[in-house]
Amino acid sequence: MSDQGAPASARDGFYGGIDSGSWNTKAVVIDAGARVLGTAVVRSGADLEAAAESAFAIALRAAGMEAKELGAVWATGFGRENITFAQGTRTELDCHGRGVRHFIPGAVTVVDIGGQDAKVIKLDEHGRRVSHKMNRKCAAGTGSFIDEMALRLDVAIGDLSALASRYEEELELGSFCTVFTGTELLSAIRRGKRPADLARAAYKSIVKRVLEMDVLDQQVVATGGVVAHHPMVVSLLEQALGAKVIVPPLPQEMGALGAALAALEAGS
Amino acid sequence: MPRAEFRSTERLRPLMADYYRGLGAAARDKTAPVAWCTSVGPAELLRALGFEVHFPENHGAMLGALRQANDYLPRAHALGYSPDICSYLSSDVGAFLAGRSPLERFGLEGVPKADVLVFNTNQCHDVRHWFEFYGRAFKVPVLGVTSFRDVDEVTAPLVDAVARQFEDLVPPLEQVAGTRLGADRLQATLERSVACSRLWKACLETAARRPSPLSFFDGCIQMGPAVVLRGTEEACAYYRLLLAELEERVRAGTGAVPGERFRLYWDGMPIWGKLKDLSGLFERLSACIVASTYCNSWVFEALDPADPFRSMARASLELFIARAEGPKERYIERMVEGFELDGLVFHDARTCPNNSNTRYGMPGRLRVRLKIPVLTIDGDLNDLRCYSEEQSKTSIEGFIEQLAEP
Repeated sequence: MSDQGAPASARDGFYGGIDSGSWNTKAVVIDAGARVLGTAVVRSGADLEAAAESAFAIALRAAGMEAKELGAVWATGFGRENITFAQGTRTELDCHGRGVRHFIPGAVTVVDIGGQDAKVIKLDEHGRRVSHKMNRKCAAGTGSFIDEMALRLDVAIGDLSALASRYEEELELGSFCTVFTGTELLSAIRRGKRPADLARAAYKSIVKRVLEMDVLDQQVVATGGVVAHHPMVVSLLEQALGAKVIVPPLPQEMGALGAALAALEAGS
Repeated sequence: MPRAEFRSTERLRPLMADYYRGLGAAARDKTAPVAWCTSVGPAELLRALGFEVHFPENHGAMLGALRQANDYLPRAHALGYSPDICSYLSSDVGAFLAGRSPLERFGLEGVPKADVLVFNTNQCHDVRHWFEFYGRAFKVPVLGVTSFRDVDEVTAPLVDAVARQFEDLVPPLEQVAGTRLGADRLQATLERSVACSRLWKACLETAARRPSPLSFFDGCIQMGPAVVLRGTEEACAYYRLLLAELEERVRAGTGAVPGERFRLYWDGMPIWGKLKDLSGLFERLSACIVASTYCNSWVFEALDPADPFRSMARASLELFIARAEGPKERYIERMVEGFELDGLVFHDARTCPNNSNTRYGMPGRLRVRLKIPVLTIDGDLNDLRCYSEEQSKTSIEGFIEQLAEP
């Protein structure tokens, strides 16, 4: 982790990273010492480039900088090729690994849970990518699933984790299909089950899905918007693994940080 | 540098068109009996009896490649054929129910009506259900060989059991054909078939050179004659032409992928409707898929004109798809060494478990044992609803980034 000390001067170079995700677009600005100077998260919406520009502008403001001061901007995420002002692209598989490696040395297993996909990325002790797995063509185990469950429970998405923390009974929901799990949820509501217990069961469903994607060995590091905004996912993952799960700084912006680090590496 | 096109393809197109037109004419004018046959055979037996042979799997692949499959799948599903079974079957049956066929482009009104259907279950049992649908539709006999799968060692008892079934096919087929099976004719057909296999294999083996003159995506197109014209002189002539062109490419250092940087293996079925897109994607990434299980599935070197029935049985049992995990893994290991591969790509075809070697942990075992990077892509041979374009693209690009890491 190298975010100590004063920012580098302009002549040392500054770099930007954009993660154009399915739900949110994230931006990070770093200096030549890989210190994070500004970040932003905005809704991706239908215009990916506009969202990227907006996120980038917010991150620059937070860093107290102007775009012209940046050496390079790189993009990642599913919309990476739509970001025309980016000078380079890397996949989110690379960028999440790169971002995590920046904070945590050694062999790690990165679990990234985003809006529409979940990833398990394994890095060896040198930080090299060994393998990756992505969820199948299905929303189960992703942020979309949480949205659907919150809708069914008639609770704002931001309140779901707090609701789940008030659980009294351990319930189980399937993890195979968002639609079928939604139906299961409705059936449980009809049977009089408590929303708090069902909210926790929905989080458990996500964790079950992630656990079946790959063997989660080594040091497990969790990233992504779901991890950032739904802490219960992390505690349930720790419970299932019987081990500590590290949530690094900037879990939601990890891909954007990785893109900025890729820009820095290419520029240095 | 732009990608070099194959000159031989100018001969391939009319060759395939003539085959389809001949098939249509035989069915329409009754100039020859028409048999439908699984792609792994027993085409040699049928050709020796004078049948014109239609291969429904080839028809299914055409539906996929032309992106027509998803138009027809719902019709078969509505009839009770599950979305989870082979999408070759469902799209082919669906197209039949809709009264449409890609063969219309060759002047046929639809698929050529069968006089008999002959299956071999060495690759999967879905082919039997597929052929039985048409047996009922055409009111014609459905014959077949119920073969062994998950074969560890191809032993004499297994060969005997399958050979007897091949022999038992002869009397009913003679009845439909209205002729007796001539031993000389069967022998000659097998000679041409094994010659075709050896030539096709020689073509595929040119990909062991650097740069590879042939990619998996080229192979999926070039394998047409090995599938539908095996046992004919035309197929042999075509592969002599192709082999000469490939050897010329090797001498000239012309690669299928300009600037070839990474050499990969493809296991499983092609994603027919995305063949062109995937070919372009791998090309942009300077990655050439130089070898595959699929293109090698039409290499039947065991065929022996001196021992027709036992050798047909042996060829059917030796095939990769019919084998257990152990022989399959050893086969891929030999490919890794022989083709100097940098990575393995497994296609998990949702509706084709028998051709998806991802289902019992093989990719993970090979990754650890061979110390080679492995990627699994979720998709399907024909049902594009099972394929996520964005996710697959990211996964493939990420895989190549991984290979490029120092």
